[in-house]
Amino acid sequence: MSNDFLLVLVVITALAFDFTNGFHDTGNAMATSIATKALSPRIAVALSGVLNLVGAFLSLSVAATIASGLVDTKLVTLTVVAAGLAGGITWNLLTWYFGIPSSSSHALIGGVIGSTIAAAGGHAIQWKDLVAKVVIPAGLSPIIAALVAATGTWLLYRISRSLTDRARGHGFRIGQIGSASMVSLAHGTNDAQKTMGVITLALIVNKSLPSGSSAPFWVILSCGLAISLGTYLGGWRVIRTLGKGLVEIESPQGMAAESASAAVILLSSSFGYSLSTTHVATGSIIGTGLGKKGAQVRWNVAGRMATAWVFTLPAAALVGAGAEALAHVIGHSPGVIVVLVILAAVAAAIYLRSRKTKVDHNNVNDEWTGGVAPAEPEPEPEPAAA
Amino acid sequence: MSWINLTALGEIVVFGLLAGAGLPAIFALGLLALSMKGGRAQTAGADSDQVIGGNPAGIVIATFCFLVVLAAIAWGIYEVYQIGHPAAK
Repeated sequence: MSNDFLLVLVVITALAFDFTNGFHDTGNAMATSIATKALSPRIAVALSGVLNLVGAFLSLSVAATIASGLVDTKLVTLTVVAAGLAGGITWNLLTWYFGIPSSSSHALIGGVIGSTIAAAGGHAIQWKDLVAKVVIPAGLSPIIAALVAATGTWLLYRISRSLTDRARGHGFRIGQIGSASMVSLAHGTNDAQKTMGVITLALIVNKSLPSGSSAPFWVILSCGLAISLGTYLGGWRVIRTLGKGLVEIESPQGMAAESASAAVILLSSSFGYSLSTTHVATGSIIGTGLGKKGAQVRWNVAGRMATAWVFTLPAAALVGAGAEALAHVIGHSPGVIVVLVILAAVAAAIYLRSRKTKVDHNNVNDEWTGGVAPAEPEPEPEPAAA
Repeated sequence: MSWINLTALGEIVVFGLLAGAGLPAIFALGLLALSMKGGRAQTAGADSDQVIGGNPAGIVIATFCFLVVLAAIAWGIYEVYQIGHPAAK
């Protein structure tokens, strides 16, 4: 039941997801460096893009987990994969619009699970693996990252307390360039892998590859390029929330947060855990707020994010299931085409709406006034009550 | 398979702390050594952003700290590459 036309559509959709993954997650690596002005916004996204590409080649453990671990590959079809990707992309775009750093990984996994259930029923899901490899790591990883970042922050301020404020800022800004680069590299080892895993899954389902194959070179290269292009375009809305919304960040905190994220992500990648780089980065940033005396964490922003995290899996699953049902009613290739056309229309609509409250490299660091877009064009809202 | 792999969790916490908090701390020690005063007297005011203090011993210690950090990162990347490409072993 090989269908090369459908396969091409699925690969293109997967790369589109990878692209949204890139620009949704630029902030994970670069938000803190941009906020402390260690790097200019433009240079930050370019550097991060290149390092994501390098990271894509560095480790293939996570791709293997995704390709074989979560769903019963015998029950999955190309249509199911396409519908799952549609769910993931939709949720990624919606959360990007609201500037919420939600997990691209959960969006993807949720979408695929939803479409698989709609197509084959609940028994096609490896529920225990899902809980053990996705849900529990999702809960634990931000806590570990926060612990590491809080420890790092405390150490950095303790060690450098005899330096003048400006000398300290200068020194740690240089360090941040290194630590932010490591996060970008780590992001490539974890997130680029997920799309590689999905494309490999599609190739196996289509019998283009024997079962149990690892990702071919062209898959690694195209996924690396898609995520690095997305990263370069920069998800300025999410960068703003992470860099300015959660905690006001100084450069020692930035370096501590980035080092904690890089270490936790790289370690988890090596274990084959496809954890959410977003959850880790957010945990680290909150950790730096906890590790410094007098720093203030905006818990209402953090709470809004946590809510989005809880909804990511089920919401993407619902969209994935709906897409699968629609594609099934229409049937085979035309069904997939209809789903993808609707997806493109939704994406265009969200993009056009986002133009009205634009966030880009010019205003990404403006004062936080409670919303994603800086308040500049409108009169100042009422003074924020603490 | 158990619900939580405690060994992996423990390793991530321990190595996470070593690499994620320990390495930046060594970097901070390097900065501190670098800023040690000495040599030609410098009049760095409170508003100076000058990091280099000019003490020769300090500069040697700082260089050592920075090299340790770089070496640890290089080793880490090499390990990740080895683990991530089982066929290349």
